[in-house]
Amino acid sequence: MGILEVQNVNKRFGGLQALNNVNLDVAEGSVHALIGPNGAGKSTFLNCLIGKLKPDTGSVKFNGQPVLGKKPHEINQLGVSRVFQTPEIFTDLSVFENVMIPCFAHRDGAFKVNAFARVMRDKEIRQQAEDILEDMGMKEKMNAHAGSLSRGDKRRLEMAMCLVQEPKLLLLDEPTAGMARADTNNTIDLLKHIGESRNITKVIIEHDMHVVFSLATTISVLAQGTIIAEGLPDEIKGHPKVREAYLGEAEV
Amino acid sequence: MNLMKDRFLLIIFACVVLAAPLIFAPTGAAYPDLLQRFAIYGIFAIGFNILFGLTGYLSFGHAAFLGVGSYSAVWMFKLLSMNIVPALLLSIVVAGVFSLLIGYVSLRRSGIYFSILTLALAQMSYNLAYSVLTPLTNGETGLQLRLDDARVLDAAGDAGSLPSTNFFGLEMKEVFWNPTVFGYDLQFNWGYYVCAILLIASFWISIRIFRSPFGLMLRAVKTNQTRLNYTGISSRPYTLAAFVISGMFAGLAGGLLASMDPLAGAERMQWTVGGEVVLMVVLGGMGTLIGPILGAVFIKYFENIFSKINDGVLHGWFAIMPEWLDNAMVVIISPFVGKGWHLTLGALFMLVVIFLPGGLVDGAKRIGRVITGANRRAAKVGIE
Repeated sequence: MGILEVQNVNKRFGGLQALNNVNLDVAEGSVHALIGPNGAGKSTFLNCLIGKLKPDTGSVKFNGQPVLGKKPHEINQLGVSRVFQTPEIFTDLSVFENVMIPCFAHRDGAFKVNAFARVMRDKEIRQQAEDILEDMGMKEKMNAHAGSLSRGDKRRLEMAMCLVQEPKLLLLDEPTAGMARADTNNTIDLLKHIGESRNITKVIIEHDMHVVFSLATTISVLAQGTIIAEGLPDEIKGHPKVREAYLGEAEV
Repeated sequence: MNLMKDRFLLIIFACVVLAAPLIFAPTGAAYPDLLQRFAIYGIFAIGFNILFGLTGYLSFGHAAFLGVGSYSAVWMFKLLSMNIVPALLLSIVVAGVFSLLIGYVSLRRSGIYFSILTLALAQMSYNLAYSVLTPLTNGETGLQLRLDDARVLDAAGDAGSLPSTNFFGLEMKEVFWNPTVFGYDLQFNWGYYVCAILLIASFWISIRIFRSPFGLMLRAVKTNQTRLNYTGISSRPYTLAAFVISGMFAGLAGGLLASMDPLAGAERMQWTVGGEVVLMVVLGGMGTLIGPILGAVFIKYFENIFSKINDGVLHGWFAIMPEWLDNAMVVIISPFVGKGWHLTLGALFMLVVIFLPGGLVDGAKRIGRVITGANRRAAKVGIE
């Protein structure tokens, strides 16, 4: 019994079968990478998990609870956080405010009219926000305008916003897309650092094999909407079908 | 530190508002009718800013809530009592319910579609008020007080004249103190002070909302709704709450308009009124605390004072010049004043939007920075 169970998910866009009977079982505490060539259906699959798209058939269970048909904010409240391909942060707010919002969401739920409370007097929330910024090494930037951060810092901030909610499952959609090698290595270190202190299951969608093989404990390969292989990193490296579908394109 | 700053701002604001009959005397705007308008439209703009300034949802339909507030208040004067308290309460409640309905429908869309929906719904209300709802609104004539109205709570007064609105006996139109200071005839009027107290209260509420977690979520809606939803926050109830709060402020403003002058007409619901409040907020500085009130005062001042400058007044100004120059100046300036005041307002609005995107407040800040910057430089020189 995994923390995330996906069974027989199908999704069709017009004449294109984007996902064809996809099954996935993510074990608790693992780092599960989902790889595949362009157009394999990785993003569609992720959007189905998170409530942005509704699969035509199939079931998705998180911690034994069905999540299909739930809205993104409901799925988040169950303990699933998502990191986007391009960092999604509140660019008009300060770094500190950015981190406080998930703190409020975690404590007060999806909606609360507390129009007469004062943000700056909420010691509990401030402490939480300061702690996570300290942990992510961003404390000195806490009063900066989030829109003015460098790309790497934006990514770091987004991770901080996800982690402060203490999610059970973290979904990462190509966290190193478009990054230089040095930044990619920083991100790998960051993800390893996150894994050390917290027990968070992660699902990573990634193009960069270097990232996948440095982090993943299990790898699933998606090609043309179907899972063609699944196993430990070493098994995947040598898998003939995978080489044919994907790895043959690039140097491993 | 923030807290101290807010308190300081509130105290300064309260002092200015309470002393307004004195402060505005040199500008020619210190008569009760106009001061009341400043305060009432200030309240309207404060409320609108909570929706537009914080969440970025641009509604063109808030005139509907202003109108609904006015009608509710006049009905209360007709049926229950000339005391303004029940009238204002009903205005706020009815406008709140009405904005809940309109907000629920229009907030299903965002951006331009939301604006168009609110515009359509408000225009619909305006047309209904003119036609089908005549029994409630008295159509084109407008809803007015009559001698034979019920007014169940008021003891039968002297018949023959219409009673006037009051706050537990203090009549709104009564000038309670009429001193002459520096040659200016000052009029202190109960109606204005009722509006002023409510304006200060509204300003305080707006400060609290801006600094609350609720306000933080509203600002988050404006900058990135996707992230907000994936952070476990449902943005719809937040925007709806902001919409209803701003609708209730508009209802209060409408009720106050009727309390100062107990009649209500459909023209108060026209979209131009809703457009005007957008101008006020943008001109003053959207998303700032004091900006909307500055914008409201600015526009109402133009509408009432600038529009009264006619050729005669202009000739008076330039009387010391030779006659040909006097005539030339009047020809140049007259299109911009009097009936042409919209032209000046439009030009100013364009200048503000292009050069001061943060509105008048932004301008004041820039000037402040230049001055403090100069001071700092002067201080540095002094040390060296």
